[in-house]
Amino acid sequence: MDLQYFAELFLGGLTRGSIYALIALGYTMVYGIIELINFAHGEIYMIGAFTGLIVATVLTFAGFPTLAVLVLASVAAVVYSSCYGFTMEKIAYKPLRGAPRLSVLISAIGMSLFLQNYVLLAQTSDFLPFPSLVPDLAFWEPYAHIISSQEIVIISVTATVMVLLNLLIKFTRMGKAMRATSQDREMAMLTGVDVNRVISVTFVIGSATAALGAVLIASHIGQINFYIGFIAGIKAFVAAVLGGIGSVPGAVVGALVLGWTESFFTGYISSDYEDVFAFIFLVVILIFKPSGILGRSETQKV
Amino acid sequence: MTPLIEIRKSVLVSIWFMFLTFPIMVIRVNTVENVVEWRWHNMIAIGAGSFLLSFVWRYMIRRKEQGIRRQREGAGPRLSIFQRIGQERRIFLPALTLLAVAVVVFPFLVSMYQVNIMTTAFMYIMLGLGLNIVVGVAGLLDLGYVAFYAVGAYTYALLNHHFGLNFWVCLPIGAALGAGFGILLGFPVLRLRGDYLAIVTLGFGEIIRLVLENWNEFSFGPSGISNIPRPGLFGVAFSLEAHARYIYFIVVALAVFTIFMVNRLQNSRIGRAWLALREDEIACQAMGVDKTRTKLTAFALGATWAGLAGVIFAAKTTFINPASFTIWESINILCIVVLGGMGSITGVVLGALVLVLLPEYLRAFAEYRILTFGVVLVLMMVFRPGGIVSNVRRTYQFEGPDSGDK
Amino acid sequence: MSMDFGGLRAVDRLDLMIHRGEIVALIGPNGAGKTTFFNCITGLYTPTEGDIHIHPPGGGSKRINGLKPNRVTELGLARTFQNIRLFQQMTVLENVMIGRHCRLRSGIAGAVFRPPHTVSEERQAAMDSYRILEKIGLESFVNDLAKNLPYGAQRRLEIARALATEPFLLLLDEPAAGMNPHETHELDQLILRLRETENVSILLIEHDMKLVMSLSDRIYVMDYGRKIAEGAPGRIKNDPVVIKAYLGEEYVA
Repeated sequence: MDLQYFAELFLGGLTRGSIYALIALGYTMVYGIIELINFAHGEIYMIGAFTGLIVATVLTFAGFPTLAVLVLASVAAVVYSSCYGFTMEKIAYKPLRGAPRLSVLISAIGMSLFLQNYVLLAQTSDFLPFPSLVPDLAFWEPYAHIISSQEIVIISVTATVMVLLNLLIKFTRMGKAMRATSQDREMAMLTGVDVNRVISVTFVIGSATAALGAVLIASHIGQINFYIGFIAGIKAFVAAVLGGIGSVPGAVVGALVLGWTESFFTGYISSDYEDVFAFIFLVVILIFKPSGILGRSETQKV
Repeated sequence: MTPLIEIRKSVLVSIWFMFLTFPIMVIRVNTVENVVEWRWHNMIAIGAGSFLLSFVWRYMIRRKEQGIRRQREGAGPRLSIFQRIGQERRIFLPALTLLAVAVVVFPFLVSMYQVNIMTTAFMYIMLGLGLNIVVGVAGLLDLGYVAFYAVGAYTYALLNHHFGLNFWVCLPIGAALGAGFGILLGFPVLRLRGDYLAIVTLGFGEIIRLVLENWNEFSFGPSGISNIPRPGLFGVAFSLEAHARYIYFIVVALAVFTIFMVNRLQNSRIGRAWLALREDEIACQAMGVDKTRTKLTAFALGATWAGLAGVIFAAKTTFINPASFTIWESINILCIVVLGGMGSITGVVLGALVLVLLPEYLRAFAEYRILTFGVVLVLMMVFRPGGIVSNVRRTYQFEGPDSGDK
Repeated sequence: MSMDFGGLRAVDRLDLMIHRGEIVALIGPNGAGKTTFFNCITGLYTPTEGDIHIHPPGGGSKRINGLKPNRVTELGLARTFQNIRLFQQMTVLENVMIGRHCRLRSGIAGAVFRPPHTVSEERQAAMDSYRILEKIGLESFVNDLAKNLPYGAQRRLEIARALATEPFLLLLDEPAAGMNPHETHELDQLILRLRETENVSILLIEHDMKLVMSLSDRIYVMDYGRKIAEGAPGRIKNDPVVIKAYLGEEYVA
């Protein structure tokens, strides 16, 4: 076996997995709190990428240095995606508290359609080239043939975000409120947790990490269009389910497993059916182990 | 609430939306030619629009909350105008006759183009009613419905291409294959809970489409299959126009057949089990209803109609390729069911007519079509989850131990 | 029979026997594992170990562990739920007709073509359901939606729905919960009457001791998943182990 090729696929899978993880967080956290598959989450990611691109381009024209462009574009993407996530929840989900799950799911699909076409109409249906924002680190040059500095940045950003998020959930007041809400929303409400605020914060955090992922992956791949949210969303969702939806560490594990499997599958077997593969993976998991790798198996209470 | 507070709220909303839509709506970058376009007029439009709409939104939300309170206080839901017509035999029968005459005369009064549009509308009535069994009655959100539609279309196209089988032979085969695929796919996925089911069916739909696109030897890949013959009638030669009318009548007949079938199914032992299953799976099973089998029946019946409609679609357009069977087609049909009213036959018929005819006659807004779909889905769910024709279900009325009849 | 959830043993080697025509009560403090036991019998859970055997009136014996709930019901065991689980949006009659579902045969073809035997089957089902409602005393609500019924009537409707499946063993999970003394008394009479007229055995979980003592032929007492006592009501009432389980150590002396 060619070790170099293997290493390339391994690291490629790690990079992919990191991005999936950043997006999957949003699914898994929202699901944990309100048991909704937020169909429009992929669109939040796409809006993050667009905002990043627009801000980056404007700033570049204005003559900002690359590093400043990277930071400001990322911040803008994160802020805007969070705001979109927040607003979306207020419009499409909050009025539906207590409604049948089917209704909320359909509302989410509607939101997804709307956001996609909103960007399509306001911007363009073409692919836009995305500037490579992450600079090539000089000291990394000798190893760049194995893993580029871009990929290093992606992996380390993901790792940092995950650690921070875990700390937030474990140790802060908000984190405690989130855990309480996810276990029993009504009881949390009775003990004085502002559930609406918890839900909003969850949407904001999920959207923010997705936006971060969006800027990183867009600058890595080099192009975006209004449709990228759909496939990315589906794959991140697969990752979330694979790890056990509702569990944050599960999302990371699931994302990495999906990243690696995809990478090796396309590297060693066939790249034609890359997207089919993710779907088949999803169907197989859901049928045989719907609780995922790290998820608790739930027994329905009678 | 004083008007001043209301205005302040709306101003805040308007500022928020101007901020929110700023990068996407105002700036447009062209990274190829390196130009930035600033569209400040959009910002003004958004500001003014959201200012006004926020009043409407809050008014609607308040009305909805009052409605819920009223319902809690006991006043039952009012019957919609359609249901009142339906109950009043004196109006119902003449209205139905009139409608039937209109449907029959229609293709002889208008251009072929209009006839084709109506044919499409009736086809979507079939698709909508089929999906309505799955989503509206049994409560299973199926986002891969289009897969069965594709199965029907490819059945006719391929059987005709390879073996020269004609439309009438392929129609039942397409329906049967649709049902077969429904059972095949339904069997593993129906154990899943509602929202997982949605995603898995979506996955299946995409798998089938991607396979059709990639498996060139079988399905001729993205280029599709052309020159599919239109349905014949004992070898009679038709002019193009007569053919359009002929297909129109076939579709109308099948749509009427569908309405009849679905109506009967809903008011039967199986229909009752579907409803009960939607309300409480566990209690339903404990009362002796076979969950898997009942769900599978709904799923397979829905798929049967998609298969039927697929065969017609192939015969009508004479050309099919995988691009006709994307997830958006599934969502389009879902919109029909949701807009019309889940579970209501009249609702689905109206939904199909609205969603097919409106975009046709509002060509100028064609690009906003899917955007509007999205808005409609959200608004319907928030304000009128029952659809245009809320389904006040016809319940089994018991009139006494002697008659024991409806 | 035993049932484990992860590391927790919810029901621990419980051994219980019901004879034909008996009314048996299963009592015990909250969380003792009574409802879990019910769920195991009716097929909602599969017991970790042990066997459940039934001897239907027709003769023979059958092991029913791990059967699907609907199969269990078809074999003649029907239950009610502690937290009422009616089909809220359906009428009272339709609720009972769902109970008839597994005793009816008409399929898709029947639904579509409505041949005479389907029509008469449906009519018969409606009639039978109405008769059951009469027995339970709910006939005046026949066309009302289940959700609009008063609480006590909803509990009785659950019993009616279970009866419609033609069980030989009826499992009632806290049928008197939330009822006032008058309603409880009526329920008492109803259960006794059902045993006579319907020829069913009854296993009930109940916290209302007055009801339990007056109804039951025998009582099983559970605590922490174990059977701690069994016997006639008179004996159970004075059993120190039972009193301890219910009231705590200090009352025993």
